[in-house]
Amino acid sequence: MSDSAPDPLDQAVLAARLFVISPHTFGGMVLRGASPARDALVTALGTALPCRRLPGHVDDERLLGGIDIAASLAAGKPVETRGLLAEAAGGALVVPMAERLDEALTGRLAQAVDAGTVALVLLDDGIEVEDGPPASLTERLAFHCDLAASREVGPVVLDGAAGEAAPLKEDAMSALAVTAAALGVHSLRPLIHAGEAARVHAALAGRDEVAKADLEAASRLVLAPGATQLPPQEPPPDEEEEQPPPPPESGDKSEDSDTPTPEQLEEMLVEAAAASIPRDLLEQLTKGNAPRRGAAGTGQKRKSGLRGKPLGARPGMPRGGARLAMIDTLRAAVPWQAVRRREAGADKDAPILMRKDDLRIRRFEEKAARVTIFAVDASGSAAAARLAEAKGAVELMLAQAYVTRSEVALVAFRGETAELLLPPTRSLTRARRALAELPGGGGTPLAMGLNAAHDLARASGSRGRTPSLVVLTDGRANLDANGQPGRKQAAEDAEAAAKAIARSGVDALVVDISARPGHEGPALAAAMQGRYLALPRADAKALHSAISASTREPA
Amino acid sequence: MARFPFSAIVGQDEMKQALLIAAVDPSVGGVMVFGDRGTGKSTAARALAGLLPPITAHQDCPYGGSKEDAERYPEVCGGGPLRKRAVPFVDLPLGATEDRVIGSLDLERALRSGEKGFEPGLLAKAHRGFLYIDEINLLEDHLVDLLLDVAASGENVVEREGLSVRHPARFVLIGSGNPEEGELRPQLLDRFGLSVEVRTPTDIETRVEIMKLVAANERDPESFAKKWAPEDEKILKQVASGKKRLAKLEPDEDVLMDAAHLCMAVGADGLRGELTLMRAARAIAALEGARKVKREHLIAVAPSALRHRLRRDVLDETGSTVRIMRAIDELFG
Repeated sequence: MSDSAPDPLDQAVLAARLFVISPHTFGGMVLRGASPARDALVTALGTALPCRRLPGHVDDERLLGGIDIAASLAAGKPVETRGLLAEAAGGALVVPMAERLDEALTGRLAQAVDAGTVALVLLDDGIEVEDGPPASLTERLAFHCDLAASREVGPVVLDGAAGEAAPLKEDAMSALAVTAAALGVHSLRPLIHAGEAARVHAALAGRDEVAKADLEAASRLVLAPGATQLPPQEPPPDEEEEQPPPPPESGDKSEDSDTPTPEQLEEMLVEAAAASIPRDLLEQLTKGNAPRRGAAGTGQKRKSGLRGKPLGARPGMPRGGARLAMIDTLRAAVPWQAVRRREAGADKDAPILMRKDDLRIRRFEEKAARVTIFAVDASGSAAAARLAEAKGAVELMLAQAYVTRSEVALVAFRGETAELLLPPTRSLTRARRALAELPGGGGTPLAMGLNAAHDLARASGSRGRTPSLVVLTDGRANLDANGQPGRKQAAEDAEAAAKAIARSGVDALVVDISARPGHEGPALAAAMQGRYLALPRADAKALHSAISASTREPA
Repeated sequence: MARFPFSAIVGQDEMKQALLIAAVDPSVGGVMVFGDRGTGKSTAARALAGLLPPITAHQDCPYGGSKEDAERYPEVCGGGPLRKRAVPFVDLPLGATEDRVIGSLDLERALRSGEKGFEPGLLAKAHRGFLYIDEINLLEDHLVDLLLDVAASGENVVEREGLSVRHPARFVLIGSGNPEEGELRPQLLDRFGLSVEVRTPTDIETRVEIMKLVAANERDPESFAKKWAPEDEKILKQVASGKKRLAKLEPDEDVLMDAAHLCMAVGADGLRGELTLMRAARAIAALEGARKVKREHLIAVAPSALRHRLRRDVLDETGSTVRIMRAIDELFG
């Protein structure tokens, strides 16, 4: 963004002004990126709205309230405590480090937002594109602001509004709906939020009718951040920046008088929204908008008893490497003490009476390591030069694997065989040697290669790794799954193999290495439900950057 | 926020149908709703509870037990005169602990008097009603197993040190989830009676219609509820009379044959598919006030009852719904 672009804080302040007027209608805000601007905004929110801070390690008892065990034991009678959710009712809960919210807490908070008792302000300190607060929560909140790039410092003032604007007219609603469709916002929640945002925005400007400027602001603030596609015929971004959207206060009547036709209105809204789609989102979308299966950059999550992020405790015996969760065990045992003392006839000074059922073990969640499996077409049709490029790319990826702890494997197919040249490894030397020894020439047993790669993917999956597949081929199969010649059967087998890969949900990328890419490559990628890249003249560097962009490995 | 009226939900007919079937005949065994975010899954499930005919229960029974429950579980159920009460609807949060779900030691009594007593959990609360779990595919496996087990047996058995309680827990399990976030294991999926897929409406008119309704509800929930009350009342009556009619409806031989043929044709594994198909067809017939179960009822419920039970065909990647519709076309024309 050039210097003339409005500071993100201005947008966020506008969003916050709307939010504090009707916090429970909008559900809340996501404020991304730690910056002085964000701190100022949160402070301002705190004065405009009763806010409570939610510590990340809060447990159910503190969140929902109930009997305070410690206080009860001391007092000898049950002592009830009010939960944070109840305390924050009617106001907002500020959630720091929201990108680290676990599922349990997410579920609770989502319920509270649905019930309309609290609004949320999520402070998202995520750095990578894919680490943010859980989508099931952010989807329920109307405003998403990225303040990481904001350079403004200074106090923020949130002033309220008087009055209320009339309900949206039908054409205004449909303009918003069309805008949402153009931006690929499919969920209904943002659309509903946008309608309300327009209304509140009008009230803020002292209008009783919703005007064009209100709809624009709503599209910009609510719809744009959720965009999953670029609006068709997107105008060049520079043009947009020349004319920043008018400040909301300047809503003079002249704007209303030359009422735009519904079509014009829709167009303007799409433009307004497109202008505030963050730049990195544009890049992300142009690089590949195949559906994301979970977070692509990191491996899948799995439960573990040994290491990773703590998940809470479960009843169980501390064996098989599982560790005892001391506090939780004590907590489980404490309520029973009076009962057990009586049953055992023990006196009051007896030590705490533990039973097997009290034992709790710790559980952790770890992210599985990623394995990138390269399936390289080494046939005669994929000319020798290509092979060199593919080799180079694998080598580059491997060097990167040292940093990201991911592994690389190599399957080559040519002639009548597909062989595993390199089992999953992080060893640079072994990989170099295997690559150097890879000869080219012969037919293209694509199905065989895909099946071999798929088998390897499944095997890595069952070893707790998250596999992703990069197929470098020209897609022109001429040997079937059994190595018999025949183009037709070969193509059918390859398609079946590709579909099998799609069904097991492996992330896949097809890199077309033919000199003149035809329809085979895209068809293969579609069958695999993967991404497609045509590289008519690639050198290893270009190939590498394309792969790392599409698997979203940190470069 | 007030519950959104069930009748004011635009579209999503299959989901609404499935929920009503479960309301008429809880023995169909739960509803799984798959769909994207913001398609009204939770709204519909929560709205359903608001419109069901009240149940009769012993006033002081912590489980909301009926007369029959009190006879079957004399040690835990009963107490007080029979009174009407609303159908329970329990919204199970993802992070619920096992203790909270199945019940645990009554802390208050244990602390106050050193007595051990059982404090009923969410399963007890859901007895004779609905247990709704949003994002069930993210719920921990051991909890899902437990829930399905209890839902199938209608009884919660707690055997932990000192505590030995058996109490009724018959409820309809409603799960919802977004398949992109993680799949449900096929074994679990199969235990759900009905499975529906919801998509977000894409035509602008429907979306505007929904915006209008939600905005109206937001502005004045009370008068909105009042406006839709007659419609909801109508559905309530339909469900109530459907429940009564259900016992009288016995599908005849032809329809049973149809069901068997259909299950064979689509390759639905196991007997559960046929049973659910029949039960759901009977429930929809009862709901519509039909005199007997007809083929059209069968067709109406076939996608919901069978789509999650189809064997995966390696060569055929056509969607399950399409395969079922194709089989219906071929069989019944």
